[in-house]
Amino acid sequence: MLLDYSKYLRNDRLPHIWCPGCGAGIILKSILRAIDKVGWKKDDTVIVSGIGCSSRAPGYMDFNTLHTTHGRALAFATGIKMYNPKLNVIVITGDGDATAIGGNHFIHASRRNINLNVILFNNYIYGMTGGQCSPTTPAGKFATTSPYGNIDPNFNISGLAAAAGASFVAKSTTYQIFQTDKYIEKSFLKDGFSLVEVMFACPTSYGRRNKIPDGVGMMEFFKDNSVPAAKAKEMKEEELKDKIVTGILVDRDYPEYTREYREKIISRAQQGQK
Amino acid sequence: MSNKRTMLISGNVAVALAAIDIGVDFFAGYPITPSSEIAEELSFRLPASGGKFIQMEDEIAAMAAVIGASLAGARAMTATSGPGFSLKQENIGYACMTEVPCVIVNVMRGGPSTGLPTLTSQGDVMQARWGTHGDHPIIALVPHSVQDTYFQTVNAFNFAEKYRVPVVLLLDEVIGHMNERVELPPREELNVVYRKMPDVPPEKFIPYKNTKELVNPMPPFGSGYRYHVTGLCYDETGFPTNDTAKIAKLLDRLQSKMVKFSPELEQTESNNAEDCDILLVSYGSVFRSSKTAVKIARENGKNIGIVCLTTLWPFPYETLRRLAAGKKAVIVAEQNLGMISEELMKCTTYDRVHHIGRADGEILSPPQIVDKIMEVYDAAGL
Repeated sequence: MLLDYSKYLRNDRLPHIWCPGCGAGIILKSILRAIDKVGWKKDDTVIVSGIGCSSRAPGYMDFNTLHTTHGRALAFATGIKMYNPKLNVIVITGDGDATAIGGNHFIHASRRNINLNVILFNNYIYGMTGGQCSPTTPAGKFATTSPYGNIDPNFNISGLAAAAGASFVAKSTTYQIFQTDKYIEKSFLKDGFSLVEVMFACPTSYGRRNKIPDGVGMMEFFKDNSVPAAKAKEMKEEELKDKIVTGILVDRDYPEYTREYREKIISRAQQGQK
Repeated sequence: MSNKRTMLISGNVAVALAAIDIGVDFFAGYPITPSSEIAEELSFRLPASGGKFIQMEDEIAAMAAVIGASLAGARAMTATSGPGFSLKQENIGYACMTEVPCVIVNVMRGGPSTGLPTLTSQGDVMQARWGTHGDHPIIALVPHSVQDTYFQTVNAFNFAEKYRVPVVLLLDEVIGHMNERVELPPREELNVVYRKMPDVPPEKFIPYKNTKELVNPMPPFGSGYRYHVTGLCYDETGFPTNDTAKIAKLLDRLQSKMVKFSPELEQTESNNAEDCDILLVSYGSVFRSSKTAVKIARENGKNIGIVCLTTLWPFPYETLRRLAAGKKAVIVAEQNLGMISEELMKCTTYDRVHHIGRADGEILSPPQIVDKIMEVYDAAGL
């Protein structure tokens, strides 16, 4: 049966501000399906975001929602989760928000392995500000601040989270939406820091300058350029250039931070041990 | 029989003890001299009292975590010094805009930049007021002794919770690191103020109403009151708006807090300030040197009055205008190159305000202040 999204949305806040062809709404619905599947209550769930197109999503979602400063969503979310570990805390962020201005917070939230559920909307670009290049804009692609083509190597976000210590890391696209649903649902059930990076279309600010000027074209791009992680292992580095390696990249049980604090700090302090 | 606790502690430790006594249950910080003892003390004491301590990756994150915890219902604080205070400004602005109660302790060291990590200063008094961008309310308190630091820490939390304004507690390095004998009251004697909770059911709750009271109830995340919090300009519902009329109302309400609550927040002490010729104004550790200087000047026949500012922001303009009226001169003694002196110029004529200060890390001594007093008396022909 189809989910009645309206019970999770602030219907009076719609229509949303996203451009025609934008994929942000596809991920938003995927998140709501996962919330419904795992049975999280609206009152017990906090959704935190930073600044950018993706970070406007919580405003449409009928939960406890916090739209913070640029790059800092994970640090705000850490305070919430640390203070009240019973709350389910979802962080919605973007490629620029999480890995440029918020890069340090991203590394350290991963390292602490605190039970935050990060859904990272990656569209290769700063869309809200009109299309400047981001840490994930591929080499050679055009943006308003790379009019001669981008020379910055792009970030492997999932690899970064995995290396820093996250418990669960998956990557998908809005084209493989059932897979995305499954990854988000799994990430919600993981006791530890989880990241689901989802590639989504920005035809207005990215596609238009890079010969894919519409949403459908960008979906086809995701379809043609996605490589499952198992297959990627057998491919050479140059074959994987600009490909999107999808799948569950990390799924492991590391000690979760708020549990560690409760079991190793609070209990010792209250017994008077150092 | 009083069960007062008598002990020998530093200002930084007094902050930590007061925090525990007033029920602080969340601290996020980042190490920085000369404030680190506050984090160290609370890393030890908070978990024992059921609270949470977290050392974040930087000062920006620490401020963010404090705001997040406060939204979840915590009585939350951080502590830092000049360079860290600069980094926190972004999210202090967020707390001002979203009206999230929190306390930021800034143990002031010499600046600008890395400056003088271990030496004293009062160089952040203007940054406390205007460090973050845009028109915003802020409260700043400056204790002048270790005992006073304990009580101002208590006040800081009560003000933050009552008015939903971030409170900056400004210690100078001397106050932070100086050990003094203190008598702390029994915990149960403290007046503890909590933020208001809504008296309407969730479906009728409007988070940011423009009421005459100016301060709205603030339910914690997870309490069943679901609402939206944003740093964008917002309307009464908490959602972003571009409607200039609604934005004007929001900014007016935030600004009005500083005006309306200024009399309740004011803490100005004075001695012989009414009938003197010349007034000496100071705050923080400099008040100590000033008291000695005034004693010496009076022994030398000078009829000088003294004012100690404890609530620095909102600034007690009215009180100082009244006290400065009819005086030959006002001298401001401060551990910087003239920051609060400029505020005094708003309270009397420009040429009546004299400044004595230094920012090289050395303590402003009584003899230096006495020399200035004598110089100003001579110039005034008294």
